[in-house]
Amino acid sequence: MNNIKYILGSFGDPDEMMHGIQKLQDNNIKIHDVYTPMPIHGIEAKLGVKRSRLDIAAFFFGITGTMTMLSFVYFAAAYDWPINIGGKPHFALPDFIPITFELTILFCAFGLVGSYYASTHLFPGRAPRVMDLRATNDRFIIAIDAKENAEHSKIDDLLKEAGALEVKYNERKYVSYE
Amino acid sequence: MSGHNESILREPLITGKNITYAKITDDILMPVENKPNRAWWIGFIIALCGATLWVVAVGYTFWFGIGAWGLNKTVGWAWDITGFVWWVGIGHAGTLISAVLLLFRQNWRNSINRSAEAMTIFAVICAATYVVSHMGRPWLAYWVLPLPNQFGSLWVNFNSPLVWDMFAISTYFSVSLLFWYTGLLPDIATIRDRATGLRRKVYSIMSFGWAGNVKTWQRFEAVSIILAGISTPLVLSVHTIVSMDFATSVIPGWHTTIFPPYFVAGAIFSGFAMVLTLLLVARKVLGLENYITMFHIESMNKIIILTGSIVGVAYLTEFFIAWYSGSEYEQYAFINRSTGPYWWAYWMMMTCNVISPQLLWFKKIRTSIAATWILSIVVNIGMWFERFVIIVTSLHRDYLPSSWAMFYPSWVDVSVFVGSIGVFFTLFLLFLRVLPSIAIAEVKLLLKSASEQAKLEQIKEGHLEKEHVAEYIESLEKFDSVKQEDYAKI
Repeated sequence: MNNIKYILGSFGDPDEMMHGIQKLQDNNIKIHDVYTPMPIHGIEAKLGVKRSRLDIAAFFFGITGTMTMLSFVYFAAAYDWPINIGGKPHFALPDFIPITFELTILFCAFGLVGSYYASTHLFPGRAPRVMDLRATNDRFIIAIDAKENAEHSKIDDLLKEAGALEVKYNERKYVSYE
Repeated sequence: MSGHNESILREPLITGKNITYAKITDDILMPVENKPNRAWWIGFIIALCGATLWVVAVGYTFWFGIGAWGLNKTVGWAWDITGFVWWVGIGHAGTLISAVLLLFRQNWRNSINRSAEAMTIFAVICAATYVVSHMGRPWLAYWVLPLPNQFGSLWVNFNSPLVWDMFAISTYFSVSLLFWYTGLLPDIATIRDRATGLRRKVYSIMSFGWAGNVKTWQRFEAVSIILAGISTPLVLSVHTIVSMDFATSVIPGWHTTIFPPYFVAGAIFSGFAMVLTLLLVARKVLGLENYITMFHIESMNKIIILTGSIVGVAYLTEFFIAWYSGSEYEQYAFINRSTGPYWWAYWMMMTCNVISPQLLWFKKIRTSIAATWILSIVVNIGMWFERFVIIVTSLHRDYLPSSWAMFYPSWVDVSVFVGSIGVFFTLFLLFLRVLPSIAIAEVKLLLKSASEQAKLEQIKEGHLEKEHVAEYIESLEKFDSVKQEDYAKI
């Protein structure tokens, strides 16, 4: 019984790795994920990662901040304890623009980063799910599920043809749990 | 990315030969993964002495109240607010570099943003300590928050710029911290994957489980650009609101509409000066000359000339408007500033902020490390004097000549200020030891397009116009990290 769970193609160059992805896809081999030490532009289109909706979330978090501050300051200054300062309006909107702006930014930033951490499962103490320890240093790793794709020698050839420096056969999914 | 060459006319952002992805990691993590050298220890011990002085002086202030400072009933606001505005101003460069330069796609920010952001956070911490320590009863600091009035008081006064300032500074601090820490995650993961034992466990918790897969990276970039978009108006709003602490009052010398843009330009000016003060030393001591190159230094110097000139124009405009307004109080405030008992502070400010930065128009000075470093310190001194001049000279001669007074700082005033510099350097030196001082992932992005070796390869391939190559090689002359002999053959 073959215990190999994942086949990793380890590249030293991002362009060669992109070439590798192309080759695998041309041969209908499904890629599990790609791990890189830096963002690779154009890879998301190739791997079919959908466009991020974080910008929409950020907008709504920001608007929530605006509404929160405006309604709160209305409550505090015009309803709960209005003060007559020389007959000036209780709800002096221009005065409240700086704080409303600050709260908009605050809600937007925390909401945005919070949604990012939640959607990509980042939180303090989460066990890092690393397949190759050099993926955060100098290697660009293509991971292929070995159970789903049976033609291991063909994958090996394709990766090496594209310029992989090394092809690994991992019997454990994540090496970082050791 | 793929095989896309950058124009040869652009100067390289990474110099040196045989730079690989692995070498970038090794070089940048050198101070984090090894024992500190002697220069670090000397700096750290001096900074720690300063921080101890700060603890003593602030403790003394808490115990005896702010009567320990040199304030009197005419000058009720002096070194504390000067120090506060000085630190907040310094804090502006970090966000400017990380946010504004990202929006403008200035790739040279990639190797200086991390330490500039760290500097921002530490400078804002120093500023916040002034706010708390000048309250007199710092244990009641939470009263500035809009809390319900079971305390027997009203709501905080939302019409007051001091309350706006509380909102602005706390938002600025927390958003900068988020921006900085999110950017650090991939680099902390790099340290984690190279470490063993307890170190690995600690960095593993700090890395939030970063693995560097496609979706995380793609969302990471989306988050960075949105955070940059919202931080840009934020950074402008913060110093605008700080300037409104003065501008909304009716004190001659403070009551001017020019304050917001003038303060923002001054903040960027002093912030870049502090970035240079720190990075010129750090690049030498940590051996990062290949990543923080002469191009970076020159670019920052250009921003210093620009913002310094804006500040100079603002000084002159203030003077002109004082005359043009016809208000004798306003006119007296400015005549008194430049020729009164504090004339030396005014001319100190003028010399350090307006005259000496103009030396940076000379390429020789702008590309000399020693000259740049000295000028950056001169700018820091000048910007401190600017705040002192605005605050103290506007207050010390008020409407009744019988209450005219001078301000003399006490030893506590001086110690709080010197101590806050110690706190700042202690934090910064600790940062250099535990976290990467350059954004590793972002510098790796530049390796294949904007590095000296990539450009050299481009030249060797041919297909380039001769004049362009000649211009490029000429531009390399100023780089202290490039050997001109390597280009002699070409």
